[in-house]
Amino acid sequence: MADFVGFAPTMVLYGGLILLPIGLAVALSFYSWNGIGKMRYVGGANWAQFFHDPIAGHSLEVTGVLVLASWLVQTPLSMALGMFVAGRQRYRAVYAAFYLLPLLLSTAGIALMWQSLLDPNFGGIAWLGEHLGMPFLHQNWLGGNSTALWTIVFLIAWQFVPFHTLLYQMGRKQIPDVLYEAAALDGITPWQQFLHITLPQLRYTIVVSSTLIVVGSLTYFDIIYILTVGGPGYTTRVLSLDMYLEAFTNLSFGYASVLAVVLGVIGIAVALVLVRITGFSSMESQREGMA
Amino acid sequence: MSVSAPGLRLRACAPARPGLAARMRRAGHHLRARPGRAVAFVLGTVWLVVVLAPIYFMVLSSLRNEGTYITANPWVPTGGLTFSEYSTVFHAGLGTYFVNSVIVTGSSVVLTLTLSLAMSFRVIRRTSRFAGWSLRLVIFGLAIPIQALIVPLYVIILKLGIYDTLLALILTLSASAIPVAVLIMLSFIRDIPRELIDAMAVDGAGEWRIFGRLIVPLSRPVLATLGIYTGLNVWNNFLIPLVLTQSNGTAVLPLGLYKFQGEYGIDVPAIMAAVLLSVIPLVVLYVAMRRQFVRGLSGVGLR
Repeated sequence: MADFVGFAPTMVLYGGLILLPIGLAVALSFYSWNGIGKMRYVGGANWAQFFHDPIAGHSLEVTGVLVLASWLVQTPLSMALGMFVAGRQRYRAVYAAFYLLPLLLSTAGIALMWQSLLDPNFGGIAWLGEHLGMPFLHQNWLGGNSTALWTIVFLIAWQFVPFHTLLYQMGRKQIPDVLYEAAALDGITPWQQFLHITLPQLRYTIVVSSTLIVVGSLTYFDIIYILTVGGPGYTTRVLSLDMYLEAFTNLSFGYASVLAVVLGVIGIAVALVLVRITGFSSMESQREGMA
Repeated sequence: MSVSAPGLRLRACAPARPGLAARMRRAGHHLRARPGRAVAFVLGTVWLVVVLAPIYFMVLSSLRNEGTYITANPWVPTGGLTFSEYSTVFHAGLGTYFVNSVIVTGSSVVLTLTLSLAMSFRVIRRTSRFAGWSLRLVIFGLAIPIQALIVPLYVIILKLGIYDTLLALILTLSASAIPVAVLIMLSFIRDIPRELIDAMAVDGAGEWRIFGRLIVPLSRPVLATLGIYTGLNVWNNFLIPLVLTQSNGTAVLPLGLYKFQGEYGIDVPAIMAAVLLSVIPLVVLYVAMRRQFVRGLSGVGLR
């Protein structure tokens, strides 16, 4: 009875707004519905459409590029910054406090801030390009076919590197000093020290941080929706945005549900694979090498 | 992901080989003059500039007006600064968005913490199979991206008749926060010594009493961490309000900022002022309780 009282409210809320939608997304993917009128069962028609939809295929590609680029940019950068702020000098703690500032801003706030900074006419970046003799800075970053996606990658990094820096800083602080003292006797260089002590000891942090980066950028939506709505053309149209636009702009709720199911399945698969290949020994590896 | 061979690590910890004295001298040398430190300082400072410059630009721009924003140097505080845009946006509805955000965030945090604490307590005191199954279902939710659920969520909220209400946001955001909250809460509550609970039970305390007198007080630190973590996520969420509300009266801050951009268009100083006003509560929190805040921020990374 006590179990029931403790669990029931959570399960009603969670069941109704997380579990039920999962089932409903799958069910809706077999219907044609514009959100207002009658639902019509169409069998696998939406799914057939998906496999012949060049836009969906393209948005899958863009999503893949975004995920890969985000991981490649954010991981080394946050790791380096995390090691930096975990150092002993006093000034680094001050830097660390400022590094966290982007985490206070909402995604909408970050998007609007960068929109004015990157404005090709009156933006702060364009001004620098014009007045400091760096003409390459003076371009339409978010409106250019070749720059838009990379600009988005940078903005996402600006938003999330602070968080991952924090993870790496904490990971570094948990490594016992003993390991470094022993290594110092061996006279190894700082680079060897990083390679042979720090990096292996950070395994758990790397797993957590990478999983969050990959899953997070896989479903990334906010900044792209506010700044480019997938454009110019389809260059920044990621899968989650494609799904949103199919549902709430094209009013094809059935087809959008197909995209939702695809997104959900990829998300779950990626999370499971990452945990599997990297997470098995992560728990015990935390204190490994202590002897 | 690079994971080095265990052998390398062992060698690093192995006792020093012959020539110890020479090696120690070299080690000492490394401690004294590392060129790496200078490089680290330079690169660390570059990132500091990357972080602070946009924020500085935003603050400075918010102190202009439509005219001076275009004419003045965007990086130097000369040529007339004013707070007028702040009062403009405040009177243009930012106050309403602000109140909505406070209501939604406050309610969601209370609801999430209460439900996940109650559930975690029942998990460690479980007497039925129902408990185990529920827990498994909730943990499964960790892998579900909420973005994939917006279409069915919209349908359900519509059918429940609570579309375009703050209640819809509170329920949905709490539900999506539950898996992480339960996971963190559970790992904390498991460490509460079982003897304490058993001792209370032997003294005749019922489950409610154990919960209220023992579990809740002992969980205060994790409640603070989790509260900040959940609160930040709810406060900054954009997608759920975008899908589940539409009128100005129910807009929360992130959505309100987006609407401002639509209405004010080129009045950049007004938009920058609105962004800065929306972040004030978080800055105050950050300054007032930095330690807890940092712990809350990294909540998911901690075990």
